[in-house]
Amino acid sequence: MKKYSAFAVAREAMRHHTGWNRAWRDAQPKKRYDVIIVGAGGHGLATAYYLGKNFGITNVAILEKGWLGGGNTGRNTTIIRSNYLQDPSAAIYEKARSLYETMSQDLNYNVMFSPRGVIMLAQTEHEVRGYKRTAHANALQGVKTEFIGPERVKQLVPIIDLDGPRYPVLGGLWQARGGTARHDAVAWGYARACSDMGMDVIQKCEVTGIRQEGGKVTGVSTNRGDIDCDKLGIVVAGHSGHLADMAGFRLPIESVALQALVSEPIKPCMDVVVMANTVHGYMSQSDKGEMVIGGGTDGYNNYTQRGSFHHIEETVRALIETFPMISRLKMLRQWGGIVDVTGDRSPILSKTPVEGVFVNCGWGTGGFKAIPGSGWGMAELMAKGHSPLTEAFGLNRFREGRFIDESVAAGVAH
Amino acid sequence: MLILTCPNCGVTAEETEFHAGGEAHLKRFGPGSSEEEFEGYLFMRSNPKGVHFERWRHAYGCGKWFHVARDTTTLEVFGSYSAQTTEPPQDILDTIEDRRPGWSPAERPA
Ligand SMILES: Cc1cc2nc3c(=O)[nH]c(=O)nc-3n(C[C@H](O)[C@H](O)[C@H](O)COP(=O)(O)OP(=O)(O)OC[C@H]3O[C@@H](n4cnc5c(N)ncnc54)[C@H](O)[C@@H]3O)c2cc1C
Ligand SMILES: [Zn+2]
Repeated sequence: MKKYSAFAVAREAMRHHTGWNRAWRDAQPKKRYDVIIVGAGGHGLATAYYLGKNFGITNVAILEKGWLGGGNTGRNTTIIRSNYLQDPSAAIYEKARSLYETMSQDLNYNVMFSPRGVIMLAQTEHEVRGYKRTAHANALQGVKTEFIGPERVKQLVPIIDLDGPRYPVLGGLWQARGGTARHDAVAWGYARACSDMGMDVIQKCEVTGIRQEGGKVTGVSTNRGDIDCDKLGIVVAGHSGHLADMAGFRLPIESVALQALVSEPIKPCMDVVVMANTVHGYMSQSDKGEMVIGGGTDGYNNYTQRGSFHHIEETVRALIETFPMISRLKMLRQWGGIVDVTGDRSPILSKTPVEGVFVNCGWGTGGFKAIPGSGWGMAELMAKGHSPLTEAFGLNRFREGRFIDESVAAGVAH
Repeated sequence: MLILTCPNCGVTAEETEFHAGGEAHLKRFGPGSSEEEFEGYLFMRSNPKGVHFERWRHAYGCGKWFHVARDTTTLEVFGSYSAQTTEPPQDILDTIEDRRPGWSPAERPA
């Protein structure tokens, strides 16, 4: 792999950019791999990357039915934060957030991590209490967050209307080192690094069956033939139930659509991320100047990657209350992704009833922020059979009633 | 946007009048059941990519629950029927069979 650097840009400028290589090989499937990962979203690619980097396992294929990062990884609104309530969540989300800080250097790929700060607005007394509690929990967990009053909110977000018609802003939970990153670059950077380690990133390769013998996985069937493996990682977000069905078990997951939209680009007006969970909307401004907007999920099971218009209407209505100046903005694009939602709003990183098959799913509406931490833990789980990061997120927690309740922290979808 | 018909009051309306209530025909397990059965009933869902039987409530209408058969990949609604039944009625199954040749009710989870 040729290293990217300022020097490389200068050198290529001198020779009409003829020296750049493909970022990753267009690999053909081999007959057998030690590990197959299904799904080349951020979580699948990060899992493969840390399998190679931390455990030296590089005979790995990552199979993707569409194109790299074309699932939720390329459809999300890129909010990164780690101000969750429960200890296991704080551990994995904070691990991820801290890995984001150095990801560009680590991957030699600019993922444009922008720790611009994230505010979650408190707009009811209940939310004030909830976020104070989270701030206290975060202090104990070593996650730096702070409960701030309305004046400080206004200072950080001049375009906000503190005295909205329905829900005045009473304060907010502020994480100064939260922010955003470029979602495609995260997928591309990991893919380039995986390919460089000798792994095969295979696009347009859909897994259609999971082969097993005596309760143990032996490989997968795909639209490009059968491929054998010792271990299989299912990392397919909204399609997790579908893949579990192929392997013969069920998951505590429902797949629903989550939508987002962006406005026409305008001059810089808001340099932090603001989330308003009571009214169901959140917003940030991209480097191009577009206002990036998201809200809650649609209510019913859906695999169509589009949602219902009235949800967008609801989100925009809420945000206009909070940011009156956006009322004249034109919206440019709208899209949907299929998110995998669990009952306790926490992910599943786990062994499964089939030996050698592991799942990493249930990130639902908020897994972009977790990509590096999740890959780190999942790789350890697949390589060693256990990981301190993933231990609490096993499938057995549902049977044992050990939920990791993040319905408050997850709040609105993000 | 879905258009659904409430079999309780006969009103046809778009989805904002209704509230989705998740998978239908779950078999209820309670005291005396095995842990696996209880977990399955409470948490595990078939979440199919395709034909889905589900519960809806006519929240801003008559307020009553009913069932809908719908395709989660096309959003096609095959029909709605009473909630007072443990399995989809034959006419709904016939419609599905007609629209999705080869689909078999056996694929439905128990
Ligand atoms: C609109 C929207 C906004 C969001 N906003 C945020 C946010 O602000 N912050 C945040 O942290 N999170 C956010 N999320 C959530 C986040 O996007 C996801 O949790 C995360 O991207 C999941 O990554 P993944 O790698 O698990 O899944 P994906 O990126 O969806 O990757 C799974 C891949 O598996 C592939 N696949 C599926 N079936 C098969 C098969 N049979 N064979 C081969 N490949 C298969 C798919 O094509 C897909 O590429 C948002 C999501 C959406 C939809
Ligand atoms: Zn009715």
